[in-house]
Amino acid sequence: MQKSILGAFAVSTMLSPVAAMAQTEVQFWHAFTGRLGELVAAQVDTFNASQSAYVVVQSHKGNYSETLNSGIAAFRAGEQPHILMVFEVGTATMMSAQGATKPVFEVMAESGATFDPDAYIGAVKGYYTTTDGQMLSLPFNSSTPVLWVNRDAFEAAGVDPETDLSTWQNVGETLEALKAGGSECPLVTAWQSWIHLENFSAYHDVPFASQDNGFAGLDTELMLNGEAQVAHLTAMGEWAQDGKFIYTGRRNEGGANFRSGECALFTESSAGYAGIKAEAEFDFDVRPLPYWEGVGNAPQNTIIGGASLWVMEGHEAEEYKGVGEFLAFLSSSDVQAQWHQDTGYLPITSEAGEATRAAGFYDDNPGTDIAVIQMTANEPTANSKGLRLGSFDQIRGIIDEELEAIWAGDKSAQEAMDSAKERGDALLRRFEAANR
Amino acid sequence: MEKRVKFRGWLLPLLLIAPQVVISAVFFFYPAGQAIWQSLFIPDPFGLSMQYVGLGNFEFLLSDPYYRASFVTTAIFSVLVTLCSMVPALFLAVIADRLIKGSGVYRTLLIWPYAVAPAVAGVLWLFMFNTRVGVVSWYLGQLGYDWNHVLNGGEAMGLVVVASAWGRISYNFLFFFAALQAVPRSVIEAAAIDGAHFWRRFWTIVLPLLSPTTFFLLVVNIVYSFFETFGVIHTITAGGPQQTTTILVYKVYSDGFVSQDLGSSSAQSVILLIVVGLLTVLQFKFIEKRVHY
Repeated sequence: MQKSILGAFAVSTMLSPVAAMAQTEVQFWHAFTGRLGELVAAQVDTFNASQSAYVVVQSHKGNYSETLNSGIAAFRAGEQPHILMVFEVGTATMMSAQGATKPVFEVMAESGATFDPDAYIGAVKGYYTTTDGQMLSLPFNSSTPVLWVNRDAFEAAGVDPETDLSTWQNVGETLEALKAGGSECPLVTAWQSWIHLENFSAYHDVPFASQDNGFAGLDTELMLNGEAQVAHLTAMGEWAQDGKFIYTGRRNEGGANFRSGECALFTESSAGYAGIKAEAEFDFDVRPLPYWEGVGNAPQNTIIGGASLWVMEGHEAEEYKGVGEFLAFLSSSDVQAQWHQDTGYLPITSEAGEATRAAGFYDDNPGTDIAVIQMTANEPTANSKGLRLGSFDQIRGIIDEELEAIWAGDKSAQEAMDSAKERGDALLRRFEAANR
Repeated sequence: MEKRVKFRGWLLPLLLIAPQVVISAVFFFYPAGQAIWQSLFIPDPFGLSMQYVGLGNFEFLLSDPYYRASFVTTAIFSVLVTLCSMVPALFLAVIADRLIKGSGVYRTLLIWPYAVAPAVAGVLWLFMFNTRVGVVSWYLGQLGYDWNHVLNGGEAMGLVVVASAWGRISYNFLFFFAALQAVPRSVIEAAAIDGAHFWRRFWTIVLPLLSPTTFFLLVVNIVYSFFETFGVIHTITAGGPQQTTTILVYKVYSDGFVSQDLGSSSAQSVILLIVVGLLTVLQFKFIEKRVHY
């Protein structure tokens, strides 16, 4: 009786809560705003409209770090969401939090939703699976760094925009020419540690950290002060001193400089596509990330950045069924292909990539498949499977500081990276102690 | 012989101090006790397990050269913020006090910046000094000065100091202005008749009479620069470049709430508790002696 009164009340005020009462609610916390936020909301709406048993409620919880911290704080208070978006850097933290998370493979098996682990692209899923191939979290948005070229800026400086930029040797010469041609900002970067150290190491098939970059155990040590990395950073440091490489900040601040047309070259995630396409009033194109000819096994493959979806422990079985259905929906080929085309993020299944190619998207938007090719060109090695390091958000902060010391000319690349290793290792030991 | 009033019984006095005791216990003693307890452990972020490490967190911190450097950074930062917020405030208050007409308008306008939240103030200053699109950095560029607080530690420090001090000037102005109004006219007029000019009167009469206010503001501003500035630092530099603007409180915040290292963060807050305690004792022991009430 009471229920029907409540129901009638809800009908008279709002329409949707009535449906929500009969449906099982699934909370989904994510870190997307702006265009990406709209796209996520659209995915959720489509899912909710497609069936009537479950309703997914999405909420924005700040940037990546803030979303992770909200999730952790909520777990401590017993108020955790069902699905939490965690950026790739937080992966080791989540993996060691057994008892707080429910592995995706388990959720999928219990829910009975369609799930084929082999459908996912190896280089993408490798980051989020155990060493024996069990998927712990569902890759959601993954991107990889590429080189963005402002063709108009090249022409303004009298440099042929068709110049081969596949190697850093060539890029070095081009920067010289751009500078001589009057360019104020020949090269700018976003996410310096991710692109110029983490991906650099994978791309040249040199270790970033011991124990297979942390995949094989917690007793890992940084190896970013190796010969290849130091040589690259030395060159970058010289370019910074000569005004050929302009440093703008630790995150993607450089994007503003590139999109405004000021900079000629920009190393940034393939997911920069949506923003550049929307804002750039110049002719641009995408090239693969450059490598040093003759260093390591370059070009091996680059690794991903972005986020995955973790399922949190402590909810009802019925709710996990809904989670399973939603994750299966997100992995479906149509949803993935659309997401890939809208955002520039990589498709997480090979099928979605093929569907995109079949639809002629890559022909209409040349260069958008470069990220996919670059990631999947070679079978990943122990050095290029990804990184799994504890406290990695903090370690990136340390790396950023040391890189700034190189750009400012305060330290040599070797000194800076030796110091980054020493300071980073201290944090890795703490993480090991906390998760013994 | 001092005259004392005696109250009988103990229930009423206990009842009267109870609210303060409860507030202190809930908002100070309990969290401080928790911080001391947690500083002995390395917990995992989710609160699933804790490893007892004794004084290991303190050892880890004090062996970190960047943490030790952060004490010096904090000292420089708080001295600069205190000076930059008190000196201009005093100057403005003295000038506004001399006005016959329109002092109300100046007073109101000068108080406005205080209403701006620290984080917002940080963003405003960041926009002006943004290395690429900032108005001020553009003008500096025209003058041939290449402003880059992203890489230059000194410039970064200057920027966070100015951004932190700016809103505080209003607050200090208000106190100085009120104190100036309380300076007896007769004393000043007597000095004026003796031929002392304005600034002489200021140095020998007004400033000593302001000393209680100055002392109060000194304590309050140092506490402000220690504890309430991390919003500004977070928005402008996030402690960089190379930790040149990482003050102790910012490190507590970033290690605890950004990096989820609650053990280290708790140990830092214990150290901070000791530092601030010592500082307050020092201030009252040495500086207060020179204050004339």
